[in-house]
Amino acid sequence: MTAPALDHSPGFLAEARRTTLGKVFLSPKGGITGAYLLALVLVALLAPWITPYPYDAQNLPLASQPPSLANWLGTDEFGRDVLSRIMYGARTSLSVSVTAITVSVFIGMCLGAAAAYFGGLLDRFITAVIDLSWSFPELLIALILVAIIGPGLTSTMIAIGVAYLAQFTRLTRAEILALKNETYIEATIGLGASHSHVVFRHLLPNAMAPVIICGMLATGDAIILEATLGFFGLGAQPPVPSWGAMMSSGTAQIFKAPWVIIFPGLVIAITVVAINLFGDALIRALDIKSKIREG
Amino acid sequence: MPSLSPLVTIRDLNKIFESRKGLFGEPRRMTAVNQVSLDIPRGQVTGVVGESGCGKSTLARLVLRLLEATSGSISFDGVDLLKQSHGAMRLLRRRMQMVFQDPYSSLDPRYTIADALLEPFKVQGIRLTTAEARQKVEALFAMVGLDARFAQNHPHQLSGGQRQRIGIARALALEPDLMVLDEPTASLDVSIQAQIVTLLEKLKHELGLTYLFISHDLNLVRYFSDRIVVMYLGRIVEILPDAKAAPRHPYTQTLLDSTFAPDPTQRRDISRLTGEIPSPYNLPQGCAFAARCRHARPDCLSRRPVLETRSDGHAVACFHPLT
Repeated sequence: MTAPALDHSPGFLAEARRTTLGKVFLSPKGGITGAYLLALVLVALLAPWITPYPYDAQNLPLASQPPSLANWLGTDEFGRDVLSRIMYGARTSLSVSVTAITVSVFIGMCLGAAAAYFGGLLDRFITAVIDLSWSFPELLIALILVAIIGPGLTSTMIAIGVAYLAQFTRLTRAEILALKNETYIEATIGLGASHSHVVFRHLLPNAMAPVIICGMLATGDAIILEATLGFFGLGAQPPVPSWGAMMSSGTAQIFKAPWVIIFPGLVIAITVVAINLFGDALIRALDIKSKIREG
Repeated sequence: MPSLSPLVTIRDLNKIFESRKGLFGEPRRMTAVNQVSLDIPRGQVTGVVGESGCGKSTLARLVLRLLEATSGSISFDGVDLLKQSHGAMRLLRRRMQMVFQDPYSSLDPRYTIADALLEPFKVQGIRLTTAEARQKVEALFAMVGLDARFAQNHPHQLSGGQRQRIGIARALALEPDLMVLDEPTASLDVSIQAQIVTLLEKLKHELGLTYLFISHDLNLVRYFSDRIVVMYLGRIVEILPDAKAAPRHPYTQTLLDSTFAPDPTQRRDISRLTGEIPSPYNLPQGCAFAARCRHARPDCLSRRPVLETRSDGHAVACFHPLT
């Protein structure tokens, strides 16, 4: 490795090292996991064009075939190609968890900011409700919500979003409580700024980084939660593939055709680990470790 | 032509902070500012001194309504500040600005200096073209004696003195009448302090500003102010009509005795204060300073002296003033 030389070269690499994303992608941890996640997103986006077979193409004579040149990861009990279904499943898993967490982070930031900024009864109310939901495991909240709303992708997203709302709200509130006492907030109010200017131009931009990282890490958990709901048949409805639902159908023939359950499980595990390691690299690059772990 | 009426008239201003333990706990009341009445004359520097916790910074924030007063009235150029709506108050803020003590936290770390200087116009809804904005920024830089090459820098790239100049420039952006200076030099090196004070004096003359200058440094206040207000535990105990007037309140005398002369050969006795400062949660019935006062007599403990103004404008709240 010629790593030390990179620091002295005035070229592209040295330049990239100065930006946060550059730091993340050039670190070994962030580079490998970042590349995997990028590839996964590309596969999900391009699935309709690049999968070897349609996800719902049944081929009963070739049911439960072990991995082969024609079907790299084997086929399931209906003869559907496992690789194609995993690639399509990435669409479901990623879109559900990313959408749910994005919306949840946004709402959590608004709730946390409102609670911290206005204080008083509003703060007490929001904190009480959030703390109450914080005391239940995420899976339990999600199961209850799906039971109420009914199974499906939308209710999975709502369930995941609500399940993780508490941590984003709490983290934002804690950040903004600390920032609120900074002199520049008082100075901005002294200039005649409105509440929304103070919150959206000063408080939230300064509080955002740790909350977004926290959201990123929660996306990994959300993939597991989505898979769990899918496993129970509460998520994506057949024939739309999702990693959790694939594993669920694989349990029936776990000894006869173990590849049906092993490969989706492996992809879930690798993806979640990758997201966590990538998040760690991002935390290191942004130098905000202490803040995340308090949330 | 300066009008004779004061720019700011404060009457019977009180600020009580309440803190509760839990939702149903008995609130503890702390009186930070107690029955303060004060005029701030136009074009002059009104200095406020007192030790930490005497309520001088609270007073500064009350005058600008950055804190809500518990009772009393503040009239700014004839407008009753405490009766203004949120919107009207925002517009009035163009005319009254504050310079803060800590230049390290008074600028948003994410804003460039140029953005920080243009923010006053943005929050007041004053639209500027790109050329006008550049012109404003350059004018403000020139006004506070800084090189405009800092415009695209972030606050962390500037020194404390430079940041305080930016803090002053930001306060000047909207061309205010009143500037409240809350210990603007307290967190700077001594050599930088002198530069900032010189700058503030220059700006006052050029722009005809009125200053309310808060400080714990009596030497600095005596150098800089036209009138000096001495506060003790939330109350005004003395108003010196000019900076060189001899103190009449024992507390002011003690403050004066405790200042250092910049001359190592000059050795003198410092009259140290003995006794405890009363708790602001539980103020004594009589004079708040009596417990530490060498001149205290029995009547000081039972009744509270009110601020009485002599014909020369010298006011003191003491039964047994020094002169």
